[in-house]
Amino acid sequence: MEKKNTPLLEMRNIKKDFFGNQVLTDINITLGEGEVLGLCGENGAGKSTLMKILFGMDVIRETGGYEGEILLNGQPVHFETPFDALAAGIGMVHQEFSLIPGFTATENILLNREPKKRNVVSEVFGDRLDTLDYNQMTGRAETAIEKMGFQVDKSMVINEMPVGHKQFTEIARELSKDQLKLLILDEPTAVLTEKEAEALLESIRSMSKNGIAVIFITHRLHEILSVCDKVVVMRDGFVVKDIPAKETNVSEISKWMVGRNIDTAASAGVRDKSDGKTIMSIRRLWVDMPGEIVRDVSLDVKEGEILGIGGLAGQGKLGIPNGIMGLYEAGGTVELDGKPIPLNSPRKCLDASLAFVSEDRRGVGLLLDETLEWNVAFPAMQVQDKFLKNYLGGLIKWRDEKAIREITERYIDELAIKCTSSKQKAKELSGGNQQKICLAKAFALEPKFLFVSEPTRGIDVGAKALVLEALRRFNRESGVTVVMISSELEELRQVCDRIAIVSGGKIAGIRPATDPSEEFGMLMVSMVK
Amino acid sequence: MKNKSFGAKLLSFVRDNTVPIMFVLICAFCIPLSGFSFSYLLNEIITRMGRNIFLILALLIPIMSGMGLNFGMTLGAMAGEIALIFVSDWQIWGIPGVILAMILSIPISVLLGTFCGKILNMAKGREMITSYIISFFMNGIYQLIVLYMMGSIIPISHFSVKLPRGYGIRNTVSLLNMRQCIDNLLAIRTNGVKIPVLTFLIIGVLCLFIVWFRRTKLGQDMRAVGQDMNVARDAGINVERTRIISIVISTVLAGFGMILYLQNMGNIATYSSHSQIGMFCIAALLVGGASVDRASIGNVFLGVILFHTMFIVAPKAGAQITGDSMIGEYFRVFVSYGVITLSLIMYETKKRRQKSQMGLQLQREQMEEGAK
Repeated sequence: MEKKNTPLLEMRNIKKDFFGNQVLTDINITLGEGEVLGLCGENGAGKSTLMKILFGMDVIRETGGYEGEILLNGQPVHFETPFDALAAGIGMVHQEFSLIPGFTATENILLNREPKKRNVVSEVFGDRLDTLDYNQMTGRAETAIEKMGFQVDKSMVINEMPVGHKQFTEIARELSKDQLKLLILDEPTAVLTEKEAEALLESIRSMSKNGIAVIFITHRLHEILSVCDKVVVMRDGFVVKDIPAKETNVSEISKWMVGRNIDTAASAGVRDKSDGKTIMSIRRLWVDMPGEIVRDVSLDVKEGEILGIGGLAGQGKLGIPNGIMGLYEAGGTVELDGKPIPLNSPRKCLDASLAFVSEDRRGVGLLLDETLEWNVAFPAMQVQDKFLKNYLGGLIKWRDEKAIREITERYIDELAIKCTSSKQKAKELSGGNQQKICLAKAFALEPKFLFVSEPTRGIDVGAKALVLEALRRFNRESGVTVVMISSELEELRQVCDRIAIVSGGKIAGIRPATDPSEEFGMLMVSMVK
Repeated sequence: MKNKSFGAKLLSFVRDNTVPIMFVLICAFCIPLSGFSFSYLLNEIITRMGRNIFLILALLIPIMSGMGLNFGMTLGAMAGEIALIFVSDWQIWGIPGVILAMILSIPISVLLGTFCGKILNMAKGREMITSYIISFFMNGIYQLIVLYMMGSIIPISHFSVKLPRGYGIRNTVSLLNMRQCIDNLLAIRTNGVKIPVLTFLIIGVLCLFIVWFRRTKLGQDMRAVGQDMNVARDAGINVERTRIISIVISTVLAGFGMILYLQNMGNIATYSSHSQIGMFCIAALLVGGASVDRASIGNVFLGVILFHTMFIVAPKAGAQITGDSMIGEYFRVFVSYGVITLSLIMYETKKRRQKSQMGLQLQREQMEEGAK
């Protein structure tokens, strides 16, 4: 393709931090007219943040803006809102659908850009009372669908559509905008069937022929290779590789995605418990957790081990503990120590001596307006009648304030929780210390089996190491079996004995933590749906 | 196979229309017991349709924009009453009086509607309970104005309106001189049944307006906002403003509706006319098969017919059975609240059932995959 002198898009030295936490460092990307760029990287590598900056999303402005320059056709631009970006010809199809469920495809494609007819009333009361021009709407929707090259029934209501068609409706909406020059697709094939994904790739090719540049984010690497002109790999907020797609292959890309200092990671003291007793056996588990659907998972957990569950976002790794603990609707069988655990009933799980540290700290994990003492002791008090003094043969139960304070202070010491006193309110602590309180809460239950979900999400490096160390010590000293779910592979490799990788809602494979990162990287993308 | 699907269809029809079916059964049971003649019954129902339909239609637009059942329509009713008080103080009667009252009610309704809409924007997802409480709060302000300010600060002079102590409005303001002036114009009388043609024409125009309104840009925006506020906002629709406009339109229409209602009744019960109007209108709409997020003009008509048939026949039927005619009045209030509660519960269960169906589908898929 003949290249013009000024590229369509140029991002220069983009930097972004969230409250001191550097998430993007010196990103440089150029993109010519009609070029297709494949963007890949693990979760948290900064892909989404970069796209949010480009698209002028509010969250960027609210968190203090960004550094660096964006040039469109050689002109520096700065988008305050997505509407500025839209006006400049940038379209974006988000991971979550942005469609009105009860509207037809046509109505959604032209949402808030409907062609209108003037009438008597609107002459008086303003143009919001113009009637819609349904004929013209149909025509314009048709054109957009044709441009896309995939037939979507334009008069079908969205919530009756198969999920793939919804995705195409979104793409058609972007294509119906005449000024469109650059289209960002954020994991568009994640919800598509094989055939639909193929059709999408075809339509990307035809867009590119019509001079529309595309930034294509996906975890399906072979798609990138088949459709993109060049590949940009990101890791930990850096661009680690910017290479023409012709000159690389899937295994190279997955190595760049996960492979940091490969040797440092795997922890000392990985134990092989494969001949140990099975403490939990999961058979044919399904979980309906929106965005983290689990399909047909069977898994054995050995007594006393730390099992890691990893995988890319949205593939179902979070669904496993949430389903077993009864927070989302689930089916299948789960046995603990040979005894079946009833699903969909959180209390029964807790009674069976299971504990769960949720990834949703502020929502599920903590009583934000209560003291640390309460937070630590509350579940144990509710579930196991601990920290209670019985009077009149158990008719009256009073809280044992002294015991509560003692145990809280013990955990504050052990976990090095930074706080003014055990009476401080949970919401006043920093993220890392809140996470430690969540752990203390679970430890106070003295469970046989502990689920820990994303224990290090959103906390800084120092706190991370402490949390991981606390988990490991708890496992070693009390012999508790721990299942830890995390999107950060390296962290799993530091702590766990074995790591199961979830992909497409299913277990893609289980490997000892000592296996090289690339192996896990390949598993992560193996069954992505 | 075909049989089964028919059975399933019947089941889902019954499930979706529980409330109307229940009321058809109640009416079918009570009508013969009451012993009313057909023409009497028909006349009563037509009178009440003319009286109530306009008010109930005012509820449709907030439902369209996802704000649920607008208990705040009481504010519109108050605006209508205040306008009528002024008009009767000025002794402007007949159709000019009705029209003037409608014009006067508009600014008051717009003011109250904007206020209500702004508060509801702060309480997204809890619109119904909020609007219910706002109507109680506004009732206090209404009483302050009507009982203490009118006659002392706001000029009111006519003795038939003002309390003898010099300020405040009488308990009942007679509208005898405009009673049924719209209903009687062009009315057709046959076999003891009076059809208020002009009133029905006005209702017809409002129905056409609502149908037309759905096809306007504003109507489209309201439907979008009603189904998913975030998506609508991302598409550049001004969600807050759209919601306020929807409440304002509803309040203005409720004001008009109240004026039509009161011209039919022939008097204003100054301190109580509006107090239960919202509840009765909402109950009637729900009886017609509407739900919190979906209501049509058909629901309005069916609801009025069923709900008021029950109102007419229940006291008599109750007296026949128990010998006490008070049972009917009790029944009326009980049923209104009961219907509202029932349809709120059904709305929730329906949502929950849909949610659990997703899980079942997942399980089925897994079974099928396992069978392969």
